[in-house]
Amino acid sequence: MAKKKSSRDDHWLARPENIRLLWWIFIAILAVTVLCDFIVHHHPHFGIDGTFGFAAWFGFAACVVLVVFAKALSAFLKRPDTYYDG
Amino acid sequence: MMAEFSIPPALVLIVTGLLIPVLQKRARSIFLLAPPLLTLWLIWQVPDGVILSFEFMGYGIAPLKGDALSRLFATIFAIMAFGGGLFSLNRDQPAELGAAFVYAGSAIGVAFAGDLITVFIFWEIMAVGSTIVVWFGGGEAQRAGLRYAAIHLLGGVLLMAGVAGEISATGTTEFRAIQPDSIARWLILAGFLINAGAPPLSAWLPDAYPEASWSGTVFLSAFTTKTAVYVLIRGFPGAEILIFIGLYMVFYGIIYAILENDMRRILAYSIINQVGFMVTGIGIGTTMALNGAAAHAFTHIIYKALLLMSAGSVLHMTGKRKCTDLGGLFRTMPLTCICGTIGALSISSFPLTSGFISKSMIAQGAADEHMMIVWMLLAAASAGVFLHAGIKFPWFVFFQKDSGLRPDEPPWNMKASMVLFSVFCIGLGIYPDPLYAILPAPVDYQPYTGAHVVFQLQLLLFSGLAFFLMLGWLKRTLTITLDFDWFYRGLGQALQAEFQIKSGAAWTAFVDRTYRAVIRFLETVYRHHGPQGVLARTWPTGSMAIWATLLLGAYLIFYYR
Repeated sequence: MAKKKSSRDDHWLARPENIRLLWWIFIAILAVTVLCDFIVHHHPHFGIDGTFGFAAWFGFAACVVLVVFAKALSAFLKRPDTYYDG
Repeated sequence: MMAEFSIPPALVLIVTGLLIPVLQKRARSIFLLAPPLLTLWLIWQVPDGVILSFEFMGYGIAPLKGDALSRLFATIFAIMAFGGGLFSLNRDQPAELGAAFVYAGSAIGVAFAGDLITVFIFWEIMAVGSTIVVWFGGGEAQRAGLRYAAIHLLGGVLLMAGVAGEISATGTTEFRAIQPDSIARWLILAGFLINAGAPPLSAWLPDAYPEASWSGTVFLSAFTTKTAVYVLIRGFPGAEILIFIGLYMVFYGIIYAILENDMRRILAYSIINQVGFMVTGIGIGTTMALNGAAAHAFTHIIYKALLLMSAGSVLHMTGKRKCTDLGGLFRTMPLTCICGTIGALSISSFPLTSGFISKSMIAQGAADEHMMIVWMLLAAASAGVFLHAGIKFPWFVFFQKDSGLRPDEPPWNMKASMVLFSVFCIGLGIYPDPLYAILPAPVDYQPYTGAHVVFQLQLLLFSGLAFFLMLGWLKRTLTITLDFDWFYRGLGQALQAEFQIKSGAAWTAFVDRTYRAVIRFLETVYRHHGPQGVLARTWPTGSMAIWATLLLGAYLIFYYR
């Protein structure tokens, strides 16, 4: 890494301005999927799954819980990847 | 025409597998591609019912018995053998490819087995074939292969003891639906579950599969765990304990994959995760859930092989396998990147991919039975799949940072097999009817409703948001995560280290005491089992199995690292 290359030389997907644009597109799509709850008719089986944007908040929360749990577990079970090599 | 029907499809691949190592390189290509297609044709010539049967030492053996479930699994095994053969055309290890074909053939043998003895025989051939495939990974694969073989021999011992007990209790060898309600049946279930990657011994899978070669792992991902799913659907539909085991596997796979750095070990953990969905469906046991489990096994084999093909291509072209060494490969491997991403979207059940039309049937099965907690956990796990495999794999391998690597795309045959399986993933996602038509029971399910598509998009896209927001926490490090296999890999070392410190007089005394204890033990054994002994009168299979298990366990603890 002698000299930082201009972002123009890299692939278009790697340029910061495009990554920002992708973020905005992503956020727009997220909003649209939640707003779709106004249009489609869900058939909740249990009640809780009929709340507004259920899959959105539930999916997000599930991932946060999973990552936090994994992180906590790794505090006990993480070892260098050369652990068994000796 | 009847004569043709009596050719067991399994034999074609097994015989081919035995021939491949002695063939010239040029002839090998044909033998890697034509026999799987012939097998596929033979599979669809097998009608319903027992086609081949004979008596052996008083036991009824039915090596060829057809029905929709058998044909479904045999079909996907044959397709997999073809795809794997195409992907491996440039692999210059004929013995590995031969073993892989024997392994694939015996998986088909299990799928058509009408009796428990045939199941057991093909089960063991699979163990041998797959161990040889692991061994050809080189390096650490030697020891990983031994550990793999030991676990599967243990599974085989449990299965054999169970089969023997079941036959002596019921008087029939027939392989049919039972419930775990006797010791023999629990042993059969345990033998099946070990191959499914169920707890507590799941670690064999992420330990051994990623040590195989770039081509070997593609074969390994398909057969062992999915024949286990097949025998569970056939043998233990609706066994409630499978719901709990399946849910554990689902979350175990996610958590360990989140913490993993090796790209193929990430995918290995996600095999356990996906098989967990199927096992849960088998435990639910309704027609919808069982159809879902079978359909999911079918689509899973395709997208998991596709994922491992793209990982195998990266490994083949760069020689690297850790996320920390990879990244930014989309620049020079766009096709591999796109195919890997299609596999990743399929495993996440993204709409318009094959996972969407199969996994949702299992969740529907839970909803129909009003199993709220199971349904919620499956939904949470679906979000987790996108997190640990759907985004994590393509992100860390193909995007992430610029690793500076600029590898070329792999050879044409590897690209062709990836494109073929990508077409299957998208094709079944858009047009699932051909798959639904060959499921064991008639399908009354419509995956593409507005509500279902919106639900799945919300679930997955917001997991994606969680992934990118928590990227700092997900950053990979040069670490592994301890698992149950520590008990047979690390415990021995730990004990050894302990004794090095306390060596000398204490050690000599310990050895002396142990020696005397062993002599006393042998005298007791002779008293009970010797010519005059009480236990010499009969040879209970159960106690044999327990002793074999104990010996294996002791061997594992003291000799393995």
